[in-house]
Amino acid sequence: MADMVPTLSVDGLRVSFSHRNGNIEAVAGVSLQIAPAECVGLVGESGSGKTQIFMAAMGLLAGNAQVSGSVRFEGEELLAVDALALNRVRGSKLTMIFQDPMTSLTPHLRIGTQLAEVLVTHRGMPWHEARTCAGRMLERVHVPEPKRRLNQYPHELSGGMRQRVMIAMSLLCEPSLVIADEPTTALDVTIQAQIIGLLRAVRGEFGVALVLISHDLAVVAGLADRILVMYAGSVVENATAEELFRHPRHPYTAELLKCMPDINDARLARLPTMAGQPPRPGEMLEACPFAPRCPRAADRCRAERPQLEGSSTSQVACHFPLDS
Amino acid sequence: MNNILLRVRDLRVDFGAHAVLRGVNFELSAGETLSLVGESGSGKSTLARAILRLLRPAQGSVEFLGLDLLKCPPAALRAQRRGLQIVFQDPLASLDPRMTVGETIGEPLKIFEPGLNADARRRKVGDMLQRVGLSSEMSGRYPHEFSGGQCQRIGIARAMILSPRLLICDEIVSSLDVSIQGQIVNLLLDLRDAGMAVLFISHNLAVVRHLSHRVLVMYLGKLVEIAPCDALFESPVHPYTRALLAAVPHAGGAAAPQGRGGLAAPAQLAAIGELGAPGELAVPDMIASGCAFRNRCPYALPVCEADEPPLLEVAPGHWAACHRSHETLNPLSLRA
Repeated sequence: MADMVPTLSVDGLRVSFSHRNGNIEAVAGVSLQIAPAECVGLVGESGSGKTQIFMAAMGLLAGNAQVSGSVRFEGEELLAVDALALNRVRGSKLTMIFQDPMTSLTPHLRIGTQLAEVLVTHRGMPWHEARTCAGRMLERVHVPEPKRRLNQYPHELSGGMRQRVMIAMSLLCEPSLVIADEPTTALDVTIQAQIIGLLRAVRGEFGVALVLISHDLAVVAGLADRILVMYAGSVVENATAEELFRHPRHPYTAELLKCMPDINDARLARLPTMAGQPPRPGEMLEACPFAPRCPRAADRCRAERPQLEGSSTSQVACHFPLDS
Repeated sequence: MNNILLRVRDLRVDFGAHAVLRGVNFELSAGETLSLVGESGSGKSTLARAILRLLRPAQGSVEFLGLDLLKCPPAALRAQRRGLQIVFQDPLASLDPRMTVGETIGEPLKIFEPGLNADARRRKVGDMLQRVGLSSEMSGRYPHEFSGGQCQRIGIARAMILSPRLLICDEIVSSLDVSIQGQIVNLLLDLRDAGMAVLFISHNLAVVRHLSHRVLVMYLGKLVEIAPCDALFESPVHPYTRALLAAVPHAGGAAAPQGRGGLAAPAQLAAIGELGAPGELAVPDMIASGCAFRNRCPYALPVCEADEPPLLEVAPGHWAACHRSHETLNPLSLRA
């Protein structure tokens, strides 16, 4: 593992947005690595910055964003390259599946056209051949009647089917890394289970690395080898999925796990809650962002922001982590 | 619990040629928390809207406190609605951005209690804000100054200000983060303890388990199972209910580090292959005859295509609409 080039390597990434009240920092110095064929889950509440990391990597940030740090994809620095070079990578080797499969497909183009376009653009494939490949890929992601689907428009497909089309699209150019941003959040629980099953099968069959971004720890638990927990723009814990659930070390992770209602638990009982709110972006750069809500917070937490420390498979950003 | 507050009989709603509710029957007692679960498109929100007569059902009756809301004249309907309030899914979209929170919460009082003077109204609004866990000083602020969880509390405060008999909650925790969700669930538990009846519509089965006395399961516009909460989660009868429960991803035992063998999620999800619902919500022609779930059901028999299964009582208070409901009671006897 030591001499292997990571598929994605993010170092000291900062993303901020200029705003009339000054700069708002959404990602506050994040470093992470994703190995080839690894599945990493990234969990955090809305506003924690989990999506912005990958929007930065894909060059999809809003116009008022400022980025610093480094994002290397298979050794190549993505933040420094021009749009042309970035276009060679994104959509082919580095792909993204978004939350809402309705708005991420073009409503006025047939499914077949949208899929084939990827191969025509990136591979220079003739259209008819690209359509054949597209049909084969739909079959591989278990879309029933793939030939008929090619001629359909997005509105003719259900949400789950559209998400399968998105997954097919992301796999067309044999990517090294697929980023799935809340891929099941808009879906019903039975369809969610199917899509998670599909993503698991895709990992095995295509050997791609997968980043699964979600606010739902339970969704991530079923897929990820390793989980990163984000809070207020920083990664606060990095652990194997099993360790994270069994022995959370960051107080935020521990509190979050307590808050999850368990379907097997005694009913009509009050749920544990976390007091307070996450800080607004830009607040409290000097202190631990979780300190105001943390049951373990001490003076040091309010004075000094803890760094993510530990071995590559077990890291925590806390001055007083829970015992593992 | 035999004090019936709401009685829905054979309720049907059509959108054009499309039948969305296909004859729904249930009762809700005073003080009861009744949950309604099902996939999107099953008709959950339509049912809520039909009860409030926000849309016009094609057939059936909705008796609230003994009066049929579908037949009552506008003035009487308006009076009845005072006792029947709803909280919507999107907390920010359901608040007027140009009204202060105090004006929003106080508006129902202006309409239903015009005799109340401004001071008394302000006091009531302040009390209500405190009751939902906000402070009365916040009444001068606007919705955008609040977080999603706080906006949801404001929506609940607006619904509660008239002390309704029944509160309908349509997916009110779905858009909230886990750390906030618990606060709203606990608020509903407080209301329930204070004797409020709640119709809780949600696809979050874990929350449903925490809150409910009874659960209704809906599939393509019909109720397929009605059961006391524990019975539904511990011995579900309808194959659809079983599929729904099996599909819930959970990091089992996560909250209790040593308990229940830690990470149950992979095994849980693997089980869906056999027990789950492959396919998706059926096309409308599935509902023309027979059981609407048959095309996704691993246990379907020829009879399921021919006859629509009636809702039958399989245990006291536990009803299911499945031709094989007597077999499915014992999972071991069932082999597809």
